[in-house]
Amino acid sequence: MTTASESESRRIVENAGIPVSRWRVASDLDEAIKAAKEIGFPNALKLNGPSIAHKTEQGFVKLNLKTEADFLNAAEELLGNKIGGSNLLVTEMLSGSREVIAGVVRDPQFGSCVMFGFGGILAEAIADVEFRLAPINSYDARDLISSLKTTELLKEFRGEKALDIDATIDLLIKLGDLAEDEKILSIDLNPLILVDGVPIAADALVELKEEST
Amino acid sequence: MTMNLEYLFEPRGVIVTGVSSHPGKFGFVALHNILSCGYKGRVFAFGREEATVLEQKVITSFDSIPANEADLMILCTPVGANEELLRKASEKGVKAVFCAAGGYSEIGDEGLKAEKRLVTLAAELDLVLVGPNGQGVVSPPAGLCAQIVAPYAPKGRIAVVSQSGNFVSSFLNYANQTGIGISRSVSAGNAAATEIIDFLEWFSIDPATDVALCYIEGLEKGRDFFERIKEITKKLPIVLVKGGITVGGQRAAASHTGSLASDSKIFEGMTRQAGVTRAPDIESAFEIAATFATQPLPNGSRTLVLTTAGGWGVVAADAISQSSELVLAPLPNDLKETINKLLPPRWSRNNPVDLAGGETRDTIPELLSVASKHPEIDSIIQLGLGIQGNTANLVRTGKFYPEHGLERIVNFHERQEKRYAEASIEVSLTSGKPVLVASELAATQPNNPMVKTIRDSGRLCYISANRAVSALNHLVRYSGWRNQSN
Repeated sequence: MTTASESESRRIVENAGIPVSRWRVASDLDEAIKAAKEIGFPNALKLNGPSIAHKTEQGFVKLNLKTEADFLNAAEELLGNKIGGSNLLVTEMLSGSREVIAGVVRDPQFGSCVMFGFGGILAEAIADVEFRLAPINSYDARDLISSLKTTELLKEFRGEKALDIDATIDLLIKLGDLAEDEKILSIDLNPLILVDGVPIAADALVELKEEST
Repeated sequence: MTMNLEYLFEPRGVIVTGVSSHPGKFGFVALHNILSCGYKGRVFAFGREEATVLEQKVITSFDSIPANEADLMILCTPVGANEELLRKASEKGVKAVFCAAGGYSEIGDEGLKAEKRLVTLAAELDLVLVGPNGQGVVSPPAGLCAQIVAPYAPKGRIAVVSQSGNFVSSFLNYANQTGIGISRSVSAGNAAATEIIDFLEWFSIDPATDVALCYIEGLEKGRDFFERIKEITKKLPIVLVKGGITVGGQRAAASHTGSLASDSKIFEGMTRQAGVTRAPDIESAFEIAATFATQPLPNGSRTLVLTTAGGWGVVAADAISQSSELVLAPLPNDLKETINKLLPPRWSRNNPVDLAGGETRDTIPELLSVASKHPEIDSIIQLGLGIQGNTANLVRTGKFYPEHGLERIVNFHERQEKRYAEASIEVSLTSGKPVLVASELAATQPNNPMVKTIRDSGRLCYISANRAVSALNHLVRYSGWRNQSN
């Protein structure tokens, strides 16, 4: 099993039609600044490479960089890590206060499953997630969403739009289709941020089967 | 492909092995139950010693059994004897074997080897093998009670299969209590050759069965189970109780999704996706299955609550609003106008339709009739019946009965209760919509003429509005699933 880099993970889910935040890869400081200007400010910067999981815990994620100066400092720090084969990933900062989580996992009994649930820093404590066996149809996806216990939290709230059910159904069906790919062992989209109600992945992590050599 | 289990549930004749004169032995008990419950086919008692047991001559050699007279053999003999018995039975035209005998995989490696040999041999001989280590098979349409435990059950439309034999007995006990009967029941035992899913598949083509009721603990081939069960539920509702936790294993370790997954969560998602009705416990599982077996499937979620008075309707409305599928039907204007003509002005003018005690002798049947015909009503819950029967009960047992005109009023009350119950059944049948009647009298006064009439018609009288709402909720959910899946 190998953990794909975030850029590779993003490419895989994006190619399947799943919305992800805008992103650029940069291998040095000059490219990084160019990318940051294209993406705009504030943005986020991450160390990018295969087998770099738990980036946040290791300090490899710099969020909400508001100015070019902030960005330069962060980029220099991350480049100083010199982890083999790594480069930089610049992404837009999505604005939205609510998060959901989605993914794919292979179950030893039932095979590949699609997961969706309530996200954010409380996600693990609440653990309000539901699973369906891949592939799924729109009935399954709608039923999955409505069987969550915290659906109240995904309704219209303080001027923010409710979770876009159709967009979410579309996303879950596409995740289910991706799960059919034997090479993909798992997918984490954590978090997906609700932008005008539409869940957009701010991070993606794909685990791939080891290529037999 | 669906296994052919007809020889198991509709056998032309039955051989019981291990029969002796000891009334505590499995062979004796199985023979007793077959002979006592009305089985019409020929019965052959096979044992080691010549004897007459339960007025039946015990046969000590298969040579005495005519060919092609018995389709089913119930094995109550020790492990060491059974392979030879399979060969002999096959020569006599036996097609299905229920192995009640234990001593197989449940006791360890030696038993597992014997079980594998038995399975292989049954396959070679083209025999359906059920068990081993199971309690038996019951099939009321065939008058068959081929099991080493009690009870037998009245004939009905529910088919039972269970990984635990004791829960077969539990379901059959509820069938006896409620009068909602059984079409087939089987304890799968070690399920060495015939698995739960094989029974469920056969139930879906069995004309005697309208709903399956199933208890399972573990699964070995989860994905296969899913792919097969979701095809069955397109035709046959399945009510399932799951005990224990499936055998887990390593999921992709580093992933967040994997860490949030659990066997019970994935099983829950799988059953919802497959249109399986999950029941939390044995008692409610039976009640839900009994509802599937005795009520039409609703076409939608709009429920009307009819009540003779106050609180019952309020509580039912609360339960409906908290349910996952049901909605309290907005009362259509034309229906409101019709009800205006039937009731004095103080009625609720809303759903729940509260009669506020304003009914005359024909109001309830008329209301049930117009409400059930309305296209914007999918189902009805009727509450508050039984009051007159309850009054009649007190008067009839009181010291003034039958003088003072009491006999006449008691008869009137009891006749009315019967009419109400009959009306609820009739409008359900003519409209093709579920009509569930609930009253605590179902538990507290089973001889109340309303309760008794409903029971005698082969339906359930629910002991509370909440129980009726819960059962109906499952029917609506299944109906929605089935519509999108077909």
